[in-house]
Amino acid sequence: MTAYDVWGERKKVGPFDPTTAIERKEGCVIIHADRRDEDGRLIHYKVLNDLVRQIMLEGQRHIVLDGVMGHRYIASTANRKDLYIEIHGTPGNNLGAFLDGPTIEVFGNAQDMTGNTMNSGKIIIHGNAWDVTGLAARGGTLLIKGNTGYRVGIHMKEYAGTKPTMVIGGTSKDYLGEYMAGGTIVVLNLNGKVDGSPVGMHLGAGIHGGKIFIRGRVEPHQLGPGAVINQVGEEDAAELDPLVAQFEHAFKTWVPRDWGMWVKISPASSRPFSGHYDPTSI
Amino acid sequence: MPQHASPKRRMELEAPDRFRPVVDHELCKKCKKCVSECSYRALEFVDGAVKPIGGCVACGRCLSVCPAQCIEIRQIQSMFPPHANFNERVRRGIMSQATTGGVLLTSCGTDIPYPVMFDELLLDAAQVTNPAIDPLREVVETATFVGGRKGRLEVKENGHLHIEKEPGPMVAMDMPIMIGHISLGSVSYNAQKALFAAAKELNILAGSGEGGLHKDFNVFSQNLVSEVASGRFGVTGDYLKRTAAVEIKIGQGAKPGHGGHLPGEKVSALISQTRMIPLGTDALSPYPHHDIYSIEDLQQLISVVKEATEYKVPIGVKIAAVHNVGAIASGIVRAGADFITIDGFRGGTGSTPRIIRDHVGLPIEVAISVVDQRLTKEGLRNRVTVFAGGSIRSSADMIKAIALGADAVMVCTAAMVAMGCRVCQQCHRGVCSWGIATQREELVSRLDPEVAAARVVRLFRSWNEELKEILGAMGIDSVESLVGNRDRLRYFGPNSKIAEIMGVKHVGEGWG
Repeated sequence: MTAYDVWGERKKVGPFDPTTAIERKEGCVIIHADRRDEDGRLIHYKVLNDLVRQIMLEGQRHIVLDGVMGHRYIASTANRKDLYIEIHGTPGNNLGAFLDGPTIEVFGNAQDMTGNTMNSGKIIIHGNAWDVTGLAARGGTLLIKGNTGYRVGIHMKEYAGTKPTMVIGGTSKDYLGEYMAGGTIVVLNLNGKVDGSPVGMHLGAGIHGGKIFIRGRVEPHQLGPGAVINQVGEEDAAELDPLVAQFEHAFKTWVPRDWGMWVKISPASSRPFSGHYDPTSI
Repeated sequence: MPQHASPKRRMELEAPDRFRPVVDHELCKKCKKCVSECSYRALEFVDGAVKPIGGCVACGRCLSVCPAQCIEIRQIQSMFPPHANFNERVRRGIMSQATTGGVLLTSCGTDIPYPVMFDELLLDAAQVTNPAIDPLREVVETATFVGGRKGRLEVKENGHLHIEKEPGPMVAMDMPIMIGHISLGSVSYNAQKALFAAAKELNILAGSGEGGLHKDFNVFSQNLVSEVASGRFGVTGDYLKRTAAVEIKIGQGAKPGHGGHLPGEKVSALISQTRMIPLGTDALSPYPHHDIYSIEDLQQLISVVKEATEYKVPIGVKIAAVHNVGAIASGIVRAGADFITIDGFRGGTGSTPRIIRDHVGLPIEVAISVVDQRLTKEGLRNRVTVFAGGSIRSSADMIKAIALGADAVMVCTAAMVAMGCRVCQQCHRGVCSWGIATQREELVSRLDPEVAAARVVRLFRSWNEELKEILGAMGIDSVESLVGNRDRLRYFGPNSKIAEIMGVKHVGEGWG
């Protein structure tokens, strides 16, 4: 058994066998991430992710990670569509990076960069997800019951048939949907006042594709360059309804369909910088 | 966001052309080939003769295809009253911006005649006290290994060797040259195919660039370095796992601190497919990676890519050479990178604001020696492979860069020139007449990937032979022994402070 020092270098420790953290049950495999070695150290994320990879290779379709304490990079590049990963505890940064198919459900909070460059699949967070959630996602769904931090949904983009969607139950902070090039972000503002603003400044700065729907108020000074604000129309409501229903289904909750209180942020142009440069070469 | 009202053009106020193709009408066969080949539409066939109609960029396509060899491209020099301070270049910039009100866009590396320190360095040779080696008859090794040199071998008391620590994943190249990251989008399908095929033939690495990897190029994947840049275009788990190495691009020498911007016109169906973006929209790469605001954050991106590739391939980081490059490189090594690429400010690009290309960064000669000295001082140099890029024009530049501290060099523009590029600095306009920096099918088809690949192969083979000649002359039998061997360099230029910073002795200084 190897452990790792702060530089990620291998370091010899006692004869702790990480496979003892695995518990096999009917229909699922549980990995106890809070297992400690004989020196009292928590199992390292490299070990945990290695175990998850092994179990995935076995073809298991239901993996439960129990007692996760900030373990980073869980399920990065996991690509089986029928895989369901259940996480209890707090996963660390970059949960489900480059995810391509599986469903991850977190019963707790997630940290930063959840769903980084995700391709397809679903991440459900029964709590808060913090900064840079859904960075550069080009497909899949992120459902967050609670609040999110800064720079959420940056550079989300849609391509051919794939379209990323993110539904946030609570609020988000500055730079939501910056550089956005496709997909849909919904902020439901369920815990706040519906006449308050659930988002921060620089909303949709440099947006050149996709849409952001916000239940609540958005003042013009909150908008970033390139973003325009509109009322939610009938067509938008029809698009929103299934997304909201997905959220309701995931969290067994109810969301009011008070479309009059919603606003839509969309790009002014798909070519925001076409007039910015002078290509005359001299 | 600047909103330009459509400017009312006044021709007499605009900058005149710099070049004019002149046709010798006596020799001209009137085949009109030059007219159809000029993608800048600078020639026209009127009244039974080929005439220039303005807009010539001196790309040289017309004179190369002219069967009668009757075209000459002349520089128009007499237009500007001489003034050394407000020189022609400055005045043209003002005139152009006064017309369009935009940020001046350009491409290739900077054309300002800054001093080139490569040209101020002289190499050593073996005389009497150490024998020179004849590379034609003896072995001079130029194989180079890319990856983190983290292994440790220990000699036990009984003389047995013991692997104390396994080295990280390594990739072998036959010569210390990597073809840099030139994305599909900035160059054409045929151009990228030629570069990749050349890399495979030479058994060296080539960069995929930011634009993802076209499915046809999977056959080259063991010679490719995939790139994770701020736009994450085309980055999927599969893309990362397929290639021989992965590079996280933080910066590029030609545009430090600037993101990429592929204009919507260039986002064709092919580009949309490989970049995984909608057709016809601007492909904007954010200026920073929004998940990296510190060295600790970089460590996380390196780690997640290592997790994604299951620790099977080396992970590198590319940065532009900027003023604190030594400290930044040190941080990158500590963050766990297996290789670093330092890109000097003279490096090329498919599109960049001219203000950044011409005025931001450090020359690679200084940057690479500063990085090498800093990493050596901190005991980190043996943990990484260091690439130097940013205008490596010849084998001489390559050899000097290696002696200044690089393990290998990254070359782009020289490979393009081998394929036909004339460095006319018009890549950003997307109408490259040589079929390199364009997506227009009728232009792309002008470049034969097989011919182009063969030319790149011959170029780098000749560089490698020249490297062996120099190594032999120095009495060195392996290129690894030249890495950071600054004692075999002498500075022969006007500024001895530069020599001091580069850790190179002045000409005439010896051991005693």
